[in-house]
Amino acid sequence: MWRYIQPSEGNLRIWQVGVLLAVLLAWQFASRDPQVAFFLGEPLLVLGRIWSWFIPFGMGATAVFPDGLAGRADIYPHLGVTLLETVLAFGFGTVLGLVCGLWLALAPLASAILEPYLKAANSMPRVILAPIFALWFGLGVWSKVALAVTLVFFIVFFNVYQGVKEVSPVVLANARMLGANQRQLLRTVYLPSATAWVFSSLHTSVGLAFVGAVVGEYLGSARGVGYLILQAEGTFDVNTVFAGIVVLTAFALLLDALVGRVERRLMRWQPRAGETEKL
Amino acid sequence: MSDFALEFLQIGCSFKAREGQGKGYTAVADTSLRIRAGEFVSVVGPTGCGKSTLLNIGAGLLAPSAGEVRVFGQPLRGLNARAGYMFQTDALMPWRSALDNVMLGLQYRGMPERQARQQAQGWLERVGLGAFGHHYPHQLSGGMRKRTALAQVLALDPDIILMDEPFSALDIQTRQLMEDEVLELWAARKKAVLFITHDLDEAIAMSDRVVVLSAGPATHPLGEFAIDLPRPRNVAEVRSQPRFIELHTQIWRVLRDEVLKGYAQQLNLKLGGSDHFA
Repeated sequence: MWRYIQPSEGNLRIWQVGVLLAVLLAWQFASRDPQVAFFLGEPLLVLGRIWSWFIPFGMGATAVFPDGLAGRADIYPHLGVTLLETVLAFGFGTVLGLVCGLWLALAPLASAILEPYLKAANSMPRVILAPIFALWFGLGVWSKVALAVTLVFFIVFFNVYQGVKEVSPVVLANARMLGANQRQLLRTVYLPSATAWVFSSLHTSVGLAFVGAVVGEYLGSARGVGYLILQAEGTFDVNTVFAGIVVLTAFALLLDALVGRVERRLMRWQPRAGETEKL
Repeated sequence: MSDFALEFLQIGCSFKAREGQGKGYTAVADTSLRIRAGEFVSVVGPTGCGKSTLLNIGAGLLAPSAGEVRVFGQPLRGLNARAGYMFQTDALMPWRSALDNVMLGLQYRGMPERQARQQAQGWLERVGLGAFGHHYPHQLSGGMRKRTALAQVLALDPDIILMDEPFSALDIQTRQLMEDEVLELWAARKKAVLFITHDLDEAIAMSDRVVVLSAGPATHPLGEFAIDLPRPRNVAEVRSQPRFIELHTQIWRVLRDEVLKGYAQQLNLKLGGSDHFA
């Protein structure tokens, strides 16, 4: 009997689900005490909140939900705003980081001049820029995009910089001997080499774009999932806060999976560990 | 036009010491070498003697400290546009398939995509990789990567081909196959070839002329040997001919002392705590 239950390759999924269920059950059990429930929330109510956010029809009173469930489906505009901010920040940050990284890596003098400032800008806790961006760009989408761009930019920038610096000198010499001019070198050697590094940082930068957007909303906004969480916190509605966290986590995972897909598509040329196929 | 495809005239090449520590290093000193159009010349010498430096100077990747390089009679400025260079280590772009790598030079010249693809495919077929065009370098074996690199260089139809120990990383069987193939391709379109190697057998089996370099620093040619073995040659069979053995003995007599000298110097460098040229 124990042979089948014992954790192994085969029943990994079952165990993963089991861990989740155990945590949820313990949580539900603990929240029977109203004082604990005030701070910790209650899993079923969190679930109910998520239902109301996403599903357009309600449910009558049941044993589990004595008050019934409202089907408001009202999270979509907020979620849309947050995702829009994430995508915009990710796009702008990546392009900006790519361009600046390429430029500074290929212009040693400029990089030597700017180096201390870049270091300073990178080590600065950039979340504190949020008030300034709010001042400049208002409470709408763009102040959040700006904040998230500062997070994404440095990740991409340093990776591209590194990528260009680490171009194999032999590949470079070979391209030059084959007659590449400066522009062709950029397009066929530096850019692909830098792209490989950008992709290795893509998972991090997508996550950070999301963080930037939500933190920006949390610090001052009229829309977005971060705003929902802020509102709930104001009314001590801990269930809604947890629901917001769950939704954000789910979408972060989704974005990450999406990036993984694009990466696999574009980085086909890279040998993966254990996959190198010799002919 | 000059008879010579590539001329090294009293070339010297010194490198500055790193970070002002110690004195500079003279890799090549007072070296003259002429390669006729269509001639296959090998340069042999002990490891670390500056053979690659010489080749880089011929390619224009490195400017000599003294002397002049001439390409078909014209002094060389910048990169040598009439030369193709086959590197010792992998120089293929890992993010391009074999076919895309071969057509790289053609694309740089502005040849239309379709035509470049067609020509590149032709060259891949000539090196026996017609069916492997869509493979990425990491999916190819070492020998196949060398073939691809060869096709990449030959696709541009250079008048001068520079080869820097191109087959040193291959096993002996693959190596002999590749050597025969190179000789065959060379016989079909005679180009000037400057072939760097540390393998005397390889040098004699392939070349019209073998030049022996002294041990570094300040490498210079010690002797030249015309190889009068009949062509076409099979690199495996030619090794058993009496004339081959005779030439080998002659050249080895010169080379042996240099190899020993070079080895002793490397030991000294190591013991002296300087790892600059180890």
